[in-house]
Amino acid sequence: MGYYLNVLKLFWGAALAAELEYRANFVLATLSSLGNLVGSLFGLFLFYRTGYTFEGWSWEEALVVLGLFTVLQGFSSTFLVPNLNRIVSHVQQGTLDFVLLKPISSQFWLSTRTLSPWGLPDLVFGGMLIGYAGTRLGLGVGDYLSSTVPLLFGLVILYSLWFMLGATSIWFVKVYNVTEVLRGLLEAGRYPIVAFPSAYRFFFTFIIPVAFLTTIPAEALLGRGEVVWALGSGILALGLLLFSRVFWRFALRFYTSASS
Amino acid sequence: MEIFRKIRVLLSVYYAYMVEYRAELVLWTLSGSLPLILMGVWIEAAQGGQIGLGPIDFARYFLAVFLVRQFTVVWVIWEFEREVVEGRLSPQLLQPIDPGWRHFASHISERLARMPFALILVMLFFVLYPQAFWLPSVANVLLFGLVVAFAFVLRFLIQYTLAMVAFWTERASALEQLWFLFYLFLSGLIAPLEVFPPAIREIVLWTPFPYMVHFPASLLIGLPVDVGRGLLVMLGWSLFFFGLNRWLWRMGLRQYSGMGA
Repeated sequence: MGYYLNVLKLFWGAALAAELEYRANFVLATLSSLGNLVGSLFGLFLFYRTGYTFEGWSWEEALVVLGLFTVLQGFSSTFLVPNLNRIVSHVQQGTLDFVLLKPISSQFWLSTRTLSPWGLPDLVFGGMLIGYAGTRLGLGVGDYLSSTVPLLFGLVILYSLWFMLGATSIWFVKVYNVTEVLRGLLEAGRYPIVAFPSAYRFFFTFIIPVAFLTTIPAEALLGRGEVVWALGSGILALGLLLFSRVFWRFALRFYTSASS
Repeated sequence: MEIFRKIRVLLSVYYAYMVEYRAELVLWTLSGSLPLILMGVWIEAAQGGQIGLGPIDFARYFLAVFLVRQFTVVWVIWEFEREVVEGRLSPQLLQPIDPGWRHFASHISERLARMPFALILVMLFFVLYPQAFWLPSVANVLLFGLVVAFAFVLRFLIQYTLAMVAFWTERASALEQLWFLFYLFLSGLIAPLEVFPPAIREIVLWTPFPYMVHFPASLLIGLPVDVGRGLLVMLGWSLFFFGLNRWLWRMGLRQYSGMGA
């Protein structure tokens, strides 16, 4: 464990040093992130300005969902995109060979090799939005703490799905954009799940579990989380994480390297 | 006649490229699911009847948006940026044809390769949701075809103009990402302009954004739009960006010092 932590420190230290060469990017990333936030708020406002509300979600409560969604966006552009979207090119160019030779779990290597600080503005703005809505709703420290667990489960679910999709490149070498399909579907997390018709609700709960990423942590934060859903979220997270490991091992059996 | 031969050769070459990566194309088509997600939210919202349009209107609108998006996807900035940074633009400059035409042809061919799959999705949609089925009038379909082609040209021109910045910086695509935010939120992709606050709508109608999604989509489903004004605004912006593009191109070539130049 300590060994892995040391490796992680080295990985991320190097990645940060490399990325900080491009500090001008930070201004652009902040601008994009701010623009994205304003646009998302506008998109939500279009629903609420007519007096319509998502069933059981006041404006501030819907903001919590949007804030969590923004945090997830930040998380994925910091940790997931720079790593998992590279699995494809490792497979294509055969550099996966070198990863497999290292005395360390190849899934760990592929998932944590680098990180991009450009997701930071999203994390900050998302946090601010949650803080703003939380203050308006009078939420206490306990509420925030009780939402961290489902949020953590949500992050694990997101990571596992993303990783497994990336791993499919072992079979279908050229699938740069398979994760784009997932990303497109994740956009549904901008809104609480009750905002959708029943068919969509089913799809986004049981097929692509978007509901577990934003709605369920938001409900926990608002103090109306149900134990069943929290439990389900935990089981799903753990199950998917374990499955992603099994899936990766299975996929590797079909890896034939680029040169052989 | 020479020109037709060129067009035919360019299109067939790029069509062959595109069908080689069919799996990628299918995935790109599927990744355009945003309008279909928003369709769900708006259909649910329209059930209450407080919003100007009904559930069926929203279903048709977002389906039309999905189609328009399929016709107007543009990625020239990423390709152009790579060509400039890697110096692959240099050999193309020796050829007696402007490199812009190659990009244009590759986009058109991709449309043809992508279309069968997009149409299958549309049919699937009507099977799942038969109430939303409608037949637009022939005149509207023709007008839609014209406007959607124009919308593609406009979007291509704008992005190709932004791509020219690649002569001065390595990260021109970052500009596109910023630009895309405006496109995303103001074009009618997230909601029809009919539900925008009137003051914002008036301002947005002078920008190029709604003409790339909302205008053609409304024509297809028969929402009232001012066709004359729409076409004029599109023409104005196209001319503006065409001029800017050619000017930047000339300035950029003087600046260009990629590998081998």
